[in-house]
Amino acid sequence: MHSSPTLQLQAENLYKSFILHVHNGVQLPVLQGVSLNVSAGECVALSGASGAGKSTLMRSLYGNYRIDKGSIWVRHQQDWVDLPTLQPHELITVRQRTIGYVSQFLRIIPRVPALTVAAEPLLDLGFSSEVAIAKVQDLFRRLNLPESLWSLSPTTFSGGEKQRVNLARTLVVDYPILLLDEPTSALDAANREAVMQLIEERKAKGCAIVGIFHDDEVRDRLCNRMLTFEREN
Amino acid sequence: MIPLLSVQNLCKSYGAIMACDRISFDLYPGQVLGIIGESGSGKSTLLQGIAGQLPLDQGQLLYWDGQGQVLDLRTIRESHRRILMRTEWGFVQQNPRDGLRMDVTAGANIGERLMNVGDRHYGKIRTTAAEWLDQVEIPGDRIDGLPSNFSGGMQQRLQLARVLVTQPRLVLMDEPTGGLDVSVQAKLLDLIRSLVRTLHLSVILVTHDIGVVRLLAHRLMVMQNGQVVEQGLTDQVLDDPHHPYTQQLVSATLTP
Repeated sequence: MHSSPTLQLQAENLYKSFILHVHNGVQLPVLQGVSLNVSAGECVALSGASGAGKSTLMRSLYGNYRIDKGSIWVRHQQDWVDLPTLQPHELITVRQRTIGYVSQFLRIIPRVPALTVAAEPLLDLGFSSEVAIAKVQDLFRRLNLPESLWSLSPTTFSGGEKQRVNLARTLVVDYPILLLDEPTSALDAANREAVMQLIEERKAKGCAIVGIFHDDEVRDRLCNRMLTFEREN
Repeated sequence: MIPLLSVQNLCKSYGAIMACDRISFDLYPGQVLGIIGESGSGKSTLLQGIAGQLPLDQGQLLYWDGQGQVLDLRTIRESHRRILMRTEWGFVQQNPRDGLRMDVTAGANIGERLMNVGDRHYGKIRTTAAEWLDQVEIPGDRIDGLPSNFSGGMQQRLQLARVLVTQPRLVLMDEPTGGLDVSVQAKLLDLIRSLVRTLHLSVILVTHDIGVVRLLAHRLMVMQNGQVVEQGLTDQVLDDPHHPYTQQLVSATLTP
């Protein structure tokens, strides 16, 4: 295990089902023995019909969903850690430093301006507010987010504007592993191009990426491999 | 990492009712732990037990103080505990009237905590009080006003300033946004959120509001009938609830 020096993430035999107690205890098996390896500089696309478990796998890799069985080994700083066995404070550190996750939707905090929303991950890492804000401003510029929006709360932003704030919030940190759940779904061609360039830069720097891309063009350009989900029913 | 507070097998009963049944957790520096559950679940009893406001039946409560010493909170002298509560700990009450002195000015409410920790320089105390009023977005010209003339949201922000002025390491909060209008709540939550980060506070936050824990808490414990039925990182518990009670709680929320 962990034989290759460039391996960043190794998920083995993941099982995850949901038991819906409010619906008479119905059990939904979603992941049944899924495995996935991702190395530095590699981008793996998850594909398959909706409902097949792509997002469930993605959320499990972030430790957001708690898997029933299996292991998720992650290269965290100098060590390998198995996510499902970590204490809450240890998982927080892995998320702060090693795994970045771009969810489909930005969670909006009332009253907090876009600049601060996107700077928070850096502030949590101990960066000064000046440095953090400057980095976010660079990213906002590259993502063509109009400067007039920077000091406003994203509450009233369009879908595409929120998505770019969400992307900036994650891309502002140099995570060795990135999980991207439909990062360009609400963007027009020009902004999609800007996002693809940013992701390509990360890949070139050795970031290991797992993504769900609804857009074939984006997927073909960014991804080296695909993991295809069959829907079981 | 060394925890700030370690709670092991804490028990408290009222007659035949177990209000807290074998509660255990470790709280680490800089973490906000949310405790959620409906009325009667034991969450407020737990908070009061930790604060030493209630005698406990059983269990261990360890606290690592600012000097790096481990204190057994159930056996330290009462005088020592009172000093801790005034310096390293803070308690934010649901009703600001319980946490403020309503008959003295806003400035004096903040200054009193400072004088408790030995500050005597009147000018410095007043300057610090003014700075804190500004931090919690209360206009400076209200410094000599009585809290009884403040709105509910302003009273709650004043209570926050009074508690935080001594830079406590651990803050216990009991429904800090309960009873406030939604817009006033948002302002207070945002303020607590930024103060937690800038002051590196550790917080135990009791609430029945899922929106509040989603916004503030890193970790979450769900209580029902005196027991912890589920715990984990806040997003784990709310996005992938396992226990029937947690699922019920999450599915009953309009915008979880």
